[in-house]
Amino acid sequence: MAHEPTPPRGLSRPGKWARGAAGVAVLFLASEALGRAGIVDRSYLPPASSVTARAFELFGDPDFLFNVRVTLTAWALGMLFAIAIAVPLGLLLGSVPAVNTAVRAIVEFLRPIPSVALIPLAALLLGSGLKMEVPLIVYASSWPILFNTMYGLDDVDPTAKETLRSFGFGRIQVLLRVSLPSAAPFIATGVRLAASIALILAVGTEILSGFGDGLGMFIAQAGNVPDGTRDVLAGTVWAGCIGLIIDTVLVQAENRVFHWHKAQRSGAS
Amino acid sequence: MLEISGLGHAYGTHRVLEGIDLKVGEGELVTIVGPSGCGKSTLLRCIAGLVPPTEGKVVLKGAPIDGVPDDLAVVFQDYSRSLLPWLTVRDNVALPLRRRGLGKAERRAQAVKALASVGLEDAAGKYPWQLSGGMQQRVSIARALAYKPTLMLMDEPFGSVDAQTREDLEDLVLQVHRAEGMTILLVTHDIDESVYLGDRVVVLARNPGRVRDELPVTLPAGRDQIGTRADAEFVRLRAEVGRLVRGVVKDSEPPDATDAEDADAEAVATAVEEPAKK
Repeated sequence: MAHEPTPPRGLSRPGKWARGAAGVAVLFLASEALGRAGIVDRSYLPPASSVTARAFELFGDPDFLFNVRVTLTAWALGMLFAIAIAVPLGLLLGSVPAVNTAVRAIVEFLRPIPSVALIPLAALLLGSGLKMEVPLIVYASSWPILFNTMYGLDDVDPTAKETLRSFGFGRIQVLLRVSLPSAAPFIATGVRLAASIALILAVGTEILSGFGDGLGMFIAQAGNVPDGTRDVLAGTVWAGCIGLIIDTVLVQAENRVFHWHKAQRSGAS
Repeated sequence: MLEISGLGHAYGTHRVLEGIDLKVGEGELVTIVGPSGCGKSTLLRCIAGLVPPTEGKVVLKGAPIDGVPDDLAVVFQDYSRSLLPWLTVRDNVALPLRRRGLGKAERRAQAVKALASVGLEDAAGKYPWQLSGGMQQRVSIARALAYKPTLMLMDEPFGSVDAQTREDLEDLVLQVHRAEGMTILLVTHDIDESVYLGDRVVVLARNPGRVRDELPVTLPAGRDQIGTRADAEFVRLRAEVGRLVRGVVKDSEPPDATDAEDADAEAVATAVEEPAKK
């Protein structure tokens, strides 16, 4: 039977929200008090209220919105390519052991390299803007998708595959009709992990590349202006909000599309 | 229609099956019974073309089996893993019909018809995991029926359901067998079940798996759970199969070395083993 997920330790959904809100409020008030009381220099840590006010102000600023759009474009393009590359590659590596063995060494060498360390190299080779941002995002965010796809394929039930084989379905058909759907919840989790990595890379690349447009550029440039801390923080708040929104949307989508996954795991079997 | 000759299978040096000869006629319901580890499931997988036998051959309707034959359906013991959780019951049943080259509407119509024949027309829109174990196994049977195979293989299909459901499903198989005239090969470890369902019982011995004997079931075709099981002929057959399973060929012959301890046990065995947990 499909069960509604019960919140832990008897906390109702509004109860959880209330506690979360309380946490935010305490942090907000603490930073406000520190700023107003002059314990910390206002130019280092502006009061939370002024950062929030500035963040709202930026929402109506066409220049800022343009920057956000540039970052989101890079993010979306990067995710698109990462999914288009990593999912088929994961299916190949996960279902053909020979290819897996051949590629393993390369993968194990490349994976530990922090993608941020590649930014200078990418800037040198690819210049600036989308054409250097997107490849970096693709590189960094492909890993979780690739590994989750392979892991998901490993987890496919042999009985389900055997059933389809016994009805005369071929290898490719079994892959598409059993293995891929059954691995899909794992792939989706990989995509969600990749989404936040992609955002970090998008903003990070912009901050480090030195020129161009984007939310990262906005934050970097604000840092160069005297008294720009407020803008830096307001920009950072937006980066955080965007990350949160993307994550929430993806979690909701996962729950809707893969309702069978949870139901089966918690299972009436 | 099905002819198995000299079939053997080994995993490495471990011989699972050896010299299996078996013939199944059109429309026959043959049950295969044997102790655990006698290679019942491997035999079924060889017939289904899922595992290539290391020796001997399987001929289905005059054509040697090489790969999975077209006109065959398998019902596995593990219904919950055999059904796809992301498809509704109806779509699960309709899926194999893609192999028949039917359009979507046609596939669904046939699926609903097959579901109705196992008494599950109301569950078509549900997901398998919303159903009880017995109902899920009915869905597996419906999926096999919708495919209209000439040969249906059943691998301990009722090993994971409770006793009452088991009897209902046994009767369902008999009813389907009569109504569709389908040839059915059913593997079980339950001696009662092998006699109750079969037109013929094939008893396997183990180490390595081989045919010990075959018994025609001389019960009338119309069977019912209470009456048939009380029938003197049923009791006699059950005892006979029980003795064969436990390794006694005839009173004068010595039992299998491996089964020596079992041989003195009561002759009327009801079940050889607990339901297999895989």
